[in-house]
Amino acid sequence: MAKVPVQFTLNGSEKAEFIDSGTTLLNALRDKIGDTSPKGGCHQGTCGACSVIIDGELRLSCLTLAETCNGASITTTSGLAEGGVLHPLQRAFLDAFATQCGFCTPGMIMAAKVLLDHTPNPSRDEVVEALSGNICRCTGYEPIIQAVLTAARANSQNAA
Amino acid sequence: MALALQTFATVKDATAALKVRGTRYLGGGTLVVRAANEGDVSVSGLVRSTDPALSSIAVVGGKVRIGASVTMAAIASHPDLGALAKAARAVGGPAIRNMATVGGNLFAPAPYGDFAVALLALDATVDTSDGELPIESFLAGRDDNHALIISVGFTLPKAGGFRFLKVSRVKPKGVSVLSIAAVLEQAADGTVSSARIALGCMADRPMRANAAENALLGRTIDREGIAAALAVAGEGTSPITDPIASAWYRAEVLPVHLGRLLLS
Repeated sequence: MAKVPVQFTLNGSEKAEFIDSGTTLLNALRDKIGDTSPKGGCHQGTCGACSVIIDGELRLSCLTLAETCNGASITTTSGLAEGGVLHPLQRAFLDAFATQCGFCTPGMIMAAKVLLDHTPNPSRDEVVEALSGNICRCTGYEPIIQAVLTAARANSQNAA
Repeated sequence: MALALQTFATVKDATAALKVRGTRYLGGGTLVVRAANEGDVSVSGLVRSTDPALSSIAVVGGKVRIGASVTMAAIASHPDLGALAKAARAVGGPAIRNMATVGGNLFAPAPYGDFAVALLALDATVDTSDGELPIESFLAGRDDNHALIISVGFTLPKAGGFRFLKVSRVKPKGVSVLSIAAVLEQAADGTVSSARIALGCMADRPMRANAAENALLGRTIDREGIAAALAVAGEGTSPITDPIASAWYRAEVLPVHLGRLLLS
């Protein structure tokens, strides 16, 4: 099958690849580009582990075809830390023990980042709603919710 | 398995490409890419169209037309579609709602397709590349559909006239035990003059509760008035059994939830 070109911005840098038509964004990111932060959990749109941010919106990379992302700006969890300094969400997840096996964490952080980008001071219910498409089998969710609320507070203190 | 994706600027060209055996339309990907990921070998090629007609929402004089590519998130946040926001938000989590389209929801098998339940209660029309047809006929024949869905149209219900309920075990997001949508009109004396009730998960696709609708006509919306409708709510249903609930359970709880929705 003929390869098709894809070109998009990933975490601020230009990426261009030739891929098989029909390749999911998840497979393109992990296998072609080498960004393994989005995880392949269920490949059915149920678990949220593959969540990425495409042009400011939360999407599931396992159900998105890479070639539909031409020209898009994509953010993954691997692009959050700046120069070795963790993003406030990553810091809060570590501090709150919100990550155990870690498989769901990149998806959780993507969902939380979109929430905080639009709603800097979310209520607990808004956090629960924002994370409702992401499954965690380790933590029981409470530490994750607390981590997102902590990161929101840290952001607003930094902004003040 | 790689699938060849063809993108067309117009509905007309995409419709022609869809005629090839094994070709499916790619909307948000939440059904068809999922099927491909699961190894569904009946999908051999994908077609999509970037025609702007597919992605617009028009609300003119109480008439609504929603393009097939419009996402659940776009409906939930549209200022003129507040009445439907609850039904659009009932679909999936935030990422799914940013992807899942109106057109796709019409094909979603139970226990999915909560928004199609709402459209059925609204008595929507489905505009396809083969012409317009009532949603009930569309749903009945959807397995053999080879046309491209362009848009859905319906009349915006009067304020408070549209009711929607999704029952799930996991809060706030969970797969449906069942969903119910109802559009009721009442005469000046409070009696029901018209009723449309649509059920999700009570068959393999959304269905109308015709017996309950008829039993509501001329009655008042109170515990006594709705009793006859609740008694026949399950008529004609054939609920699914899945890991969320058995058919028996769905049949048992349907009248309870219909009662709550009507009295809410």
